[in-house]
Amino acid sequence: MKRRLLLGSLALALASSAPTPALALPGDSIYQLDATLTDQRGQPVRLDAARGQPVLVSMFYTSCQFVCPMLIDAARDTEAALTEAQRRRVKVLLISFDPTRDTPDKLAAMARQRGLDASQWTLARTDAATVRKIAALLKFQYRALPDGEFNHSAELILLDAEGRIAARTANLAGADERLVGAVRRQLAVGQP
Amino acid sequence: MGLTTALLALAGASYVALPAGTLDSVLARDTDREPTRIAAFALRETPVTRAEFKRFVDAHPPWQPGRVPTVFAGAGYLLQGLDDTAAPVTGVSWFAAQAYCESEGARLPTWYEWEYAAAADATRTDARQDPAWRARILGWYARPANGPLPVVGGDANVYGVRDLHGLVWEWVDDFNALLVNADSRSAADPDRLKFCGAGAIDLQDRQNYAVLMRVALLSSLGAADSTGTLGFRCAREVTR
Repeated sequence: MKRRLLLGSLALALASSAPTPALALPGDSIYQLDATLTDQRGQPVRLDAARGQPVLVSMFYTSCQFVCPMLIDAARDTEAALTEAQRRRVKVLLISFDPTRDTPDKLAAMARQRGLDASQWTLARTDAATVRKIAALLKFQYRALPDGEFNHSAELILLDAEGRIAARTANLAGADERLVGAVRRQLAVGQP
Repeated sequence: MGLTTALLALAGASYVALPAGTLDSVLARDTDREPTRIAAFALRETPVTRAEFKRFVDAHPPWQPGRVPTVFAGAGYLLQGLDDTAAPVTGVSWFAAQAYCESEGARLPTWYEWEYAAAADATRTDARQDPAWRARILGWYARPANGPLPVVGGDANVYGVRDLHGLVWEWVDDFNALLVNADSRSAADPDRLKFCGAGAIDLQDRQNYAVLMRVALLSSLGAADSTGTLGFRCAREVTR
């Protein structure tokens, strides 16, 4: 956050004639968190990397057998309800709860196994403290169990172009029409 | 200001080392009926005070009320203002508490760490089965909270930690991991499908209202929320 505010004031200082600096984020944006993740290719990726586009975001872990595969299906079904052109303008970001076991290789294996296109889908990991903060921002509950599993809420969340939570659903059986509608509305907002 | 708090102000925050051990938590799930292992850690002797938080906010302007993004601290943030007293700071969001702890090279304690430290009394590491221990805490809960909070520096427990009971509620790192249902007495979990990991959530020790009330409060909060009776203290790894 510090750096973001610094950049913001820098931009203000440099362009004092500009009425609204493009860098100013809304106060209720989760992109206020200055966080860097690592993606399935082992590349650093900032939490706000997809700023400017709507993003479907959720949290998961690769060894999860039950709800997590449903989560990926639900994100896929949501995408499938869009037109090809719309689909290209929506990113999907899945963040692991499990920094210990979910290495970039594990994430890559899951992306391969599920046929997830890396230009649209980011599977990411980060350190435990940052996971906790992201979960807090997304209002995700999770807890590590002694057997290595995680107890966690399972929701698909839509962020608007500025990183604000625009919609969320816990209905993971197919595409949730309300979520799809919210995605379409966000895409319409972004249309020039 | 008492002698203890005066010394604390001079010396910077004081942390007390707690040995590794096991805890029968009030929280339990079907997968962890064994006592929870707690690694050795260090816990702040007292909750963070209003004076200490004032110094933090002065040194870190992005955390000033009015400047902090609402996603990190909502409308109740520091509503009572700050001053130079040794009363515990309240009205602090989880994000603000976490940022403060990071500024001390620390973090918030986990729930288990907090519960482990708070199970002690002056002479025992686990006094929770003592009806007098429970009655004392419940007596505090019953006191009206309309006056200003007393300063930190109450009696030390067996580890040397103060004010775990009787002053404020406290944030923990994993406040959003406690996952308590509105009614955990029923085995049929209505939200089962909302959670991965089969979500069988249960409360091990239903008689322990004194601690369960903490769990209920923390579970009801969002990370940007704050209340007038919720403060925090920090924890650190022990370096040996």
